[in-house]
Amino acid sequence: MEEGQKYHAIKVDEEKCFGCTHCMKACPTEAIRIVNGVASIRPERCVDCGNCLRACPAKAFYVEQDDLQNIFDYNYRIALFPSVLIGQFPEKYSEDQIYQAILKLGFTHIYEVEQPIRWLSEEIKKKTGRNREHPVISSFCPAVVRLIQSKYPSLAENITPLKAPHDLAANFAIEELKAKGANEGEIGIFYISPCSAKMAAVNQPLGEKKSVVNGTINMKDLYNRIMKIILKDKTEDFSPLRKNLSRDGILWSLPRGESRQFKSRAMSIDGIHNVVKFLERLENEEIAGLDYLELKSCSQGCAGGILLTGNRFLTSERLQKRALRYPSASKTEVPDVGKTIVQKKLQADKIEAKSIFVLHEDRVKALDRMQKAGKILCQLPGIDCGACGAPNCHALAEDMVQGNAKMTDCIFLQKRYIKENKLSVEKGFKSLEKVWGQKRFDADCNKKGGRNEGF
Amino acid sequence: MELVFEIEGGDFTSAGNASSKIKKVLKQLNIDSKTIKRIVIAVYEAEVNIVAHAKKGILKASIGSHFIEVKLTDKGPGIEDVEKAMEAGFSTASKQVREMGFGAGMGLPNIKKNVDELDIISEMGKGTLVKFKNYF
Repeated sequence: MEEGQKYHAIKVDEEKCFGCTHCMKACPTEAIRIVNGVASIRPERCVDCGNCLRACPAKAFYVEQDDLQNIFDYNYRIALFPSVLIGQFPEKYSEDQIYQAILKLGFTHIYEVEQPIRWLSEEIKKKTGRNREHPVISSFCPAVVRLIQSKYPSLAENITPLKAPHDLAANFAIEELKAKGANEGEIGIFYISPCSAKMAAVNQPLGEKKSVVNGTINMKDLYNRIMKIILKDKTEDFSPLRKNLSRDGILWSLPRGESRQFKSRAMSIDGIHNVVKFLERLENEEIAGLDYLELKSCSQGCAGGILLTGNRFLTSERLQKRALRYPSASKTEVPDVGKTIVQKKLQADKIEAKSIFVLHEDRVKALDRMQKAGKILCQLPGIDCGACGAPNCHALAEDMVQGNAKMTDCIFLQKRYIKENKLSVEKGFKSLEKVWGQKRFDADCNKKGGRNEGF
Repeated sequence: MELVFEIEGGDFTSAGNASSKIKKVLKQLNIDSKTIKRIVIAVYEAEVNIVAHAKKGILKASIGSHFIEVKLTDKGPGIEDVEKAMEAGFSTASKQVREMGFGAGMGLPNIKKNVDELDIISEMGKGTLVKFKNYF
């Protein structure tokens, strides 16, 4: 990948996409446009939240992942997964049955991400000290971190300079295996990700140069593989593998999982549109006296991750029941294999702001563009129909002043220009074909959409 | 460029609309985030002042390449002693307004702290003009 280019885990399958505009409307950063009849993601704007994937009726979005076969490049093959993986299985499958199936797939070791959560929680508490910018914002959710970087640059310095739990667990696993005599080169850590944002964060980490994780696996894909081979009969007892897991760890990725650790005023917000509204207010300094802010892009936290299979509320329910069976973190003894090393490795670089909504680097030119966009908006119908291939009239006006769209992209303006003899019917049609592709105008009884299929 | 907003007295749900919109515009103009923050805080406080004290008001923001000038004119009770109103903690807000979490007497002091130039002209029983300017 080229230097400076933003990596994204979400891709569009142009064969499946038919440009229905659902994703374009759902995107919180207006990163999607329809070009040539299919959705196209603007990399500089995308925060990998996955709302497009959720909104798509044609299953045209997919998440890039590593081949499961890659695990066999290593002698020590670690399946590293967040606790929510367990939560999505029906209750009739026990934790041990799930563990057994994962080992049968070829992994040699299993680590649940949240095992040494106490170490992370200690570090967060150190970072919420007096001389920090308040409130301290959790670095847990990479979609939120990227959203703040690009949309709320003034809040970037409030983000805790700490890596995510999967980095913590990966380093913990490495130290533990090294203590048992493994060479670091023989250890392959494969992170089973509940979402596109965490996959993107492994491939292009925030606040560090290179992730310690060797590969990412799509949780949906793994779920299907497990369901194929899982046995319903009695299994071995794998509970020793979970001896470090605590109640706090299991709840960590759910709403309030982090904020419940704090005695001071801590809040938890889930769902990216809720997060956006809250950050808007926080940035205006309308909210005072808040010490810690836990923000999760998905509603119900990671239980609502886009790569999970079950219903988010059922997943959350199973996890909460599961958590009750485990001791609290303060009562679990995490073996001190390289605690100092692991905690040191948790420190991340400062999160830099990268504003993406600037109309032009030069302020005078930006102001000029903004005034032009204002004038264009007077001409547009204001119904945000999306037929131009942009999510709303305002976005179209901004695209125009940046040279990425033209007046005739708007079907209302086209009609007007044709009536006023300023545009030929032929030219107007050509310009629509550019957005929607040539086939869009042919009659096709088998086309997707328009019949409530899968909507 | 000029942005105009009408502010309704007593409508606390809409307080913050103008400051949010102005913030969005300033971000698109590539203005330093610390400068934006100061302006947004001042605009928000001034908006809340109208909502909390006046019947209605108009906010006009003129944005140039090196400055923003914000003018708020309201029809309201006016400020009896502007100097006193500038003191931190001095408030004439009603009990009702305070119960909503506003009226702590920090409005004008907060505006003063965050702007480069500030003018207040008030006429008792008629209304108030608050004008401030920030340079980028």
